[in-house]
Amino acid sequence: MRTLTHELGWDRRMNVQEKKRKRLNLKTGAAEVAVGIALLVTFYVTWVTQWVPYLWAGALALGLILTGKGIFDFVRAPQFPDFKKGMQPTFKELRFTLRKIRESPLSLVGVTLVSFFIAIAILAPVLAPPVTPQGFPLPDPFEIYFDTNEKYVSMPQPPSAKYPFGTTTGAINLYYGCIWGTIYAFRLGIIVIAATLSIGISLGLIAAYYGGLMDEIIMRFTDIVLAFPGLILTMALIVALSRRGWSNIDAAILGITLVGWPGYTRLIRGEVLRVKTEDYVEASRASGSSDLRIMLRHILPNAIYPIIIVASLDFGSIVLFAAALSFLGLGAPPRYADWGQLISQAQDWISYGLQYWWTFIIPGVFITLFCLGWNLLGDAFRDILDPLYRRK
Amino acid sequence: MKQENLIEIRDLYLNFYTYDGIVRALDGVDLDIKRGEILGLVGETGCGKSVTSLSTLAMVVSPGDIEGGRIELETDKGRVDILNIKQSELLKIRGSEISMIFQEPRAALNPVYTVGDQIAEVFYHHRMEELIKTAISELENEVKKTTGYKQSVAKRHLSSLQKLLTNPASLRVKLSSKLPILRGYKNRIKRVTRREIVNLLRLLRIPDPERVIDMYPHELSGGMAQRVVIAMSLTCNPTMLIADEPTTNLDVTVQMQILHLIKELKSKLGSSILYVTHDLGVVAETCERVAVMYAGNVVEVADVMAFFKKPMHPYAQALLESIPRPGHGFVSIPGTVPSLISPPPGCRFHDRCRYALEMCPVVKPPLVEAEPGHQVACHLYLPKESLKWKP
Repeated sequence: MRTLTHELGWDRRMNVQEKKRKRLNLKTGAAEVAVGIALLVTFYVTWVTQWVPYLWAGALALGLILTGKGIFDFVRAPQFPDFKKGMQPTFKELRFTLRKIRESPLSLVGVTLVSFFIAIAILAPVLAPPVTPQGFPLPDPFEIYFDTNEKYVSMPQPPSAKYPFGTTTGAINLYYGCIWGTIYAFRLGIIVIAATLSIGISLGLIAAYYGGLMDEIIMRFTDIVLAFPGLILTMALIVALSRRGWSNIDAAILGITLVGWPGYTRLIRGEVLRVKTEDYVEASRASGSSDLRIMLRHILPNAIYPIIIVASLDFGSIVLFAAALSFLGLGAPPRYADWGQLISQAQDWISYGLQYWWTFIIPGVFITLFCLGWNLLGDAFRDILDPLYRRK
Repeated sequence: MKQENLIEIRDLYLNFYTYDGIVRALDGVDLDIKRGEILGLVGETGCGKSVTSLSTLAMVVSPGDIEGGRIELETDKGRVDILNIKQSELLKIRGSEISMIFQEPRAALNPVYTVGDQIAEVFYHHRMEELIKTAISELENEVKKTTGYKQSVAKRHLSSLQKLLTNPASLRVKLSSKLPILRGYKNRIKRVTRREIVNLLRLLRIPDPERVIDMYPHELSGGMAQRVVIAMSLTCNPTMLIADEPTTNLDVTVQMQILHLIKELKSKLGSSILYVTHDLGVVAETCERVAVMYAGNVVEVADVMAFFKKPMHPYAQALLESIPRPGHGFVSIPGTVPSLISPPPGCRFHDRCRYALEMCPVVKPPLVEAEPGHQVACHLYLPKESLKWKP
């Protein structure tokens, strides 16, 4: 019979084991309820009182303390010397890699540029704190709000202490736009690269591994997609999908992904065709590995390097592509922190020569340096990852 | 009741479909491999040795295709025809019942994983249950010995492992195997596996196995790499081991060591070995029986002593004569190996044979027992009445 005393483990007829188990369940249940209620209360209080920044600060401090303590404990642990010894080859390779980068100045420039942009992206909330109306849910930080306490001037204003990069049409703060545009560029690049890579790699792997009819079907399909004019297809998609309630950005990401994967498929197919004839693949099959296991564990790690290099080269061009869409008015909406959109706002001022230079040169420099950085980083990756170049 | 023959290959036909035409690589191969013997498979390059050995694992890939025949393997569950079983069954047999040692040891190891990782993969694939059971019995001891926090951790790991053993598809197992801290019980299995691998490497006389297990293939010498490859193939104590010219690319001293090792392992583990080679010296040294192949046919099967004393098939005789000896000139077999796209009719050796009869280009000789334990496929050894043949 299920009674409360029974559930709590206080029933005298139960044996010790059973009692313990019941109590344990009760304890964990209570702990879970307590944590849940604490989270709910925190959520409600922060919502009502707008304490979110304090909460962030608290999380930051707690995170720093925990990480520091963790590293401290880790280094002082008795197993650490063994770990250090075991990591020796890894460190050696890492040092070799760093030397490889240092040796070629162009790679160094690439790494510096990309790390610079990563730093900007991470520090964006500090460099350019969002000036947004209060309220819940929090507004989109990528929207460049106009601070209503300021005087509204529609004409572009030159750089000043208040606006380090000046303003553009509609009193848009260029500094804020450029800084948050960095996060936007990374977000776009990461989503598109992740999507195109996963489609491209899986199709290429399947086509090359199974060969025959499967190969023929996948590769001919790839050829068809390659023959599509990318920009026009993407524009058509944006126009069609925005009528169905999609945002331009989502449609642009979809469009770029749909035309972006065939390059990776062709590349990885060639690599897999090379690797799959290696003896270790045969040996793995002889030891009873399934096809999936052979593909993922033995072929892919040996075929992935050229793809990583090309993906890094593509990272810059994807952002460039999105900027082109924004310039044509099909990308991000106005007042959105996107470099292409900022340049598009400067369309009217380009014909004045350099009179309003900041409106188009500053976002232009951001885009150029970003793409340059990724292109040079691609070269650096080739020096590091490609076995043919690595040991030269 | 254990059958004497572990593997019976019957009427194996195999073609390669190339742009030049159909290559008839195997033309009715018959071969028996007995339990616990070392069978040497010899022949020239391209006579079908390697393809025969790959067929026993059903690993012939396009453009090759097995046209007909049976390869029957004696397992614990009875006889199975390797060419006619489900893929999942086949994956279980490969590596655990039959495994293979490859010719090029350095190429047979994946450059991106350490030795330990590669051997562990085979362990996880075929012997997971055993590993979990070992880990559980160790944990039970630990629970008894330790107290406090350590004991509670051991108890948690124990219950996770028991769950993994009894119900691997349960939600708890699926979730906990993905989460970083709850995944800790897997380290117990890893520890057991590592110990097993070290033992295995020690069995193969690899010096300092604790260090070698963390090495990458490029850090190993040729002989060492070959031992690692052998270790991989021995993970599950296979009943059948196929060695495809395992010593061809090693220098002579290392070759000797590996040969001794293979012989020793055979007597220790009792598995049968199919030793594919073109080196008759190695065959004389290692094998107990020998099968000679010529242009896709098995032409002679005999005990090693009988074979070297009295080779029966004209091809085998010529082959033994052409072994270079000091003081004698080089002897070679006249003619060339026939193209297998349009093989000679009848006996495939007839155009190079010094005893060729009238019927040889027309009728293919069957493999018959000419003397006890000595099979040969040649018209010379058939009963006299079958020679009375009129065109």
